[in-house]
Amino acid sequence: MATLQFGKGIILKKSNNTINNSNNNCNNNCNNCNNNGKSTKENNSQNIIEIKNVSFYYNETEGLPAVDNVSLNIKRGEFLAVLGHNGSGKSTLAKLLNGLLVPDSGEVLVNGLSTKDESQSINIKKTVGMVFQNPDNQIIASIVEEDVAFGPENLGFTPKESRERVESALKAVNMWEFRNKAPHKLSGGQKQRVAIAGVLAMQPECIVFDESTAMLDPKGRKEVMDTLLNLNKNNNITIILITHFMEEAARAKKIAVMNNGKISAAGTPKNIFSDYKLITDTGLALPQPTELLHTLKEKGINVDVSAVNTTDCIEVLSKLLLKEKEA
Amino acid sequence: MIKDVSFGQYISKNSLIHKLDPRLKLFLLIAYIIFIFLASNAYSLLFITAATFFILFLSKISLKTYFKNIRMIIPIIIFTSLLNALYSGGGTLLFSYGFIKIYTSGIYRACFMTVRIISLILISSVLSYTTTPTDLTDAIESLLSPLKYLGLKNAVHTMAMMMTIALRFIPALIEETDKIMSSQKARGASMESGGLIKRIKALLPILIPLLISSIRRSYELAEAMESRCYNGAEGRVRMKEMHFINKDYFSFAFSIVVFSVTIILNILF
Ligand SMILES: Nc1ncnc2c1ncn2[C@@H]1O[C@H](COP(=O)(O)OP(=O)(O)OP(=O)(O)O)[C@@H](O)[C@H]1O
Ligand SMILES: [Mg+2]
Repeated sequence: MATLQFGKGIILKKSNNTINNSNNNCNNNCNNCNNNGKSTKENNSQNIIEIKNVSFYYNETEGLPAVDNVSLNIKRGEFLAVLGHNGSGKSTLAKLLNGLLVPDSGEVLVNGLSTKDESQSINIKKTVGMVFQNPDNQIIASIVEEDVAFGPENLGFTPKESRERVESALKAVNMWEFRNKAPHKLSGGQKQRVAIAGVLAMQPECIVFDESTAMLDPKGRKEVMDTLLNLNKNNNITIILITHFMEEAARAKKIAVMNNGKISAAGTPKNIFSDYKLITDTGLALPQPTELLHTLKEKGINVDVSAVNTTDCIEVLSKLLLKEKEA
Repeated sequence: MIKDVSFGQYISKNSLIHKLDPRLKLFLLIAYIIFIFLASNAYSLLFITAATFFILFLSKISLKTYFKNIRMIIPIIIFTSLLNALYSGGGTLLFSYGFIKIYTSGIYRACFMTVRIISLILISSVLSYTTTPTDLTDAIESLLSPLKYLGLKNAVHTMAMMMTIALRFIPALIEETDKIMSSQKARGASMESGGLIKRIKALLPILIPLLISSIRRSYELAEAMESRCYNGAEGRVRMKEMHFINKDYFSFAFSIVVFSVTIILNILF
């Protein structure tokens, strides 16, 4: 596939910091003991995607790899967030997952199938769906339901089957009543939900969201986040969420942090966000509640900094304040 | 502002004509155009024009809306009428002033041409008012589908896909042009003043960003399409099925009658 570069020049000039503290394969504590025993998929291995020592160069002759010897296993039903500064290789990694890009070395296995195998390309793309950043550039037809039908049509389903898939996909993202609308008349969040429905209609087992909330306002962002959490929980779809919003990442079961093409850390949100040095070294920011707690701790107040969302933070703070009141 | 252009002129109504199979509509439109041209005397022309008006009536769209389209071509009508009036000699001389001579046959020709042009515009408007652009694209694709026997299956599919995407992106591009224009104006570009050359030059800072962003768009769109298992015409089955139902057969039969009567009137008078 041809690669093309358009002013993607925003590469952070962070020096190569030496965080080798975490291992690359993240078989650590964040086990997803999903109570979903009803996995009837033909492939029962617990990993849906296995990334094995993958490197990828946009420019083979010179320059650094965009993805540099990455290994990672993604479990069925998992909700993984990927963080990293601009140009750290997140999108490249995402495109390696469904075979839009093919690794220069190492391999990516989806349900045990290598993305290098041309004959499985459709199979892999149907298993791992992608939702991109700009909803305008991924909607193909000028009527919502026809756009959602695009995937099933390509997969050669009968009109009746396609119709059923379109209906259930649009209902899953709460856009059924908009099925006859023109996409350009929808709000950003609605458009992005149509794009999600378009992917859902292929009935994927895993969906990768590449900064899919980046162009949305808080309301649209919430719509999309709610949708994907719901898909993860109720449809047992594996979610990989690439984001710059720490609050979104904090809702994942597991976070992987990318830095200069490498995965520099992986773990639960609590683990990742309690490592202040890691976060600042990789050019990221903490979720606001965590930031607040860290700042308090720096000021010498003895608080537990592991809270990653507002509810937990309020809990911690109110405990602290009550203690103070009693004293 | 220009965001809300209704590209295509589709007007949603619940009418017989709206519900017809788009392929049939497209096919019949072509046939009507041919027969309007074939109508060679006043009787046959008036007959097919009456049939046209009957179709307009069936479409439940107001005549006023239809005549909006005619307003735009009034200059053409005047021009052709004048030419016809001036250049046909025959019948009695009605009016002369210097070299300008107008005969009865000239007047007759002018009226004939006017009615013909108006019917053509009206019948074409029926298609564009009652068919969504998407349906139209599908109709074109399926009417061209016999070309696949000439080994052109992919070409037909690609063309239809290009039309679909173009329709989808016209509003987006208009919006974008708008944005770029505003931001260039904010930088002090002036687009409304100056001579022709200057104005054309002022367009460059709009066209170039537009071009670049379109290329980026198409790159992203290609990735999105690929991610959704797009593989050209290969193995693709459309969700929307088109079949002929009673309405379609009836309309087809009605049109055949209209065409036959037109021809008979041609021959009789
Ligand atoms: N099409 C391309 N051609 C050449 N180089 C590219 C291309 N796309 C990305 N790169 C380079 O690869 C590296 C990783 O880019 P990538 O888009 O994966 O980063 P990212 O983490 O997704 O960044 P962002 O947060 O900005 O989306 C960057 O150095 C970038 O400049
Ligand atoms: Mg990216």
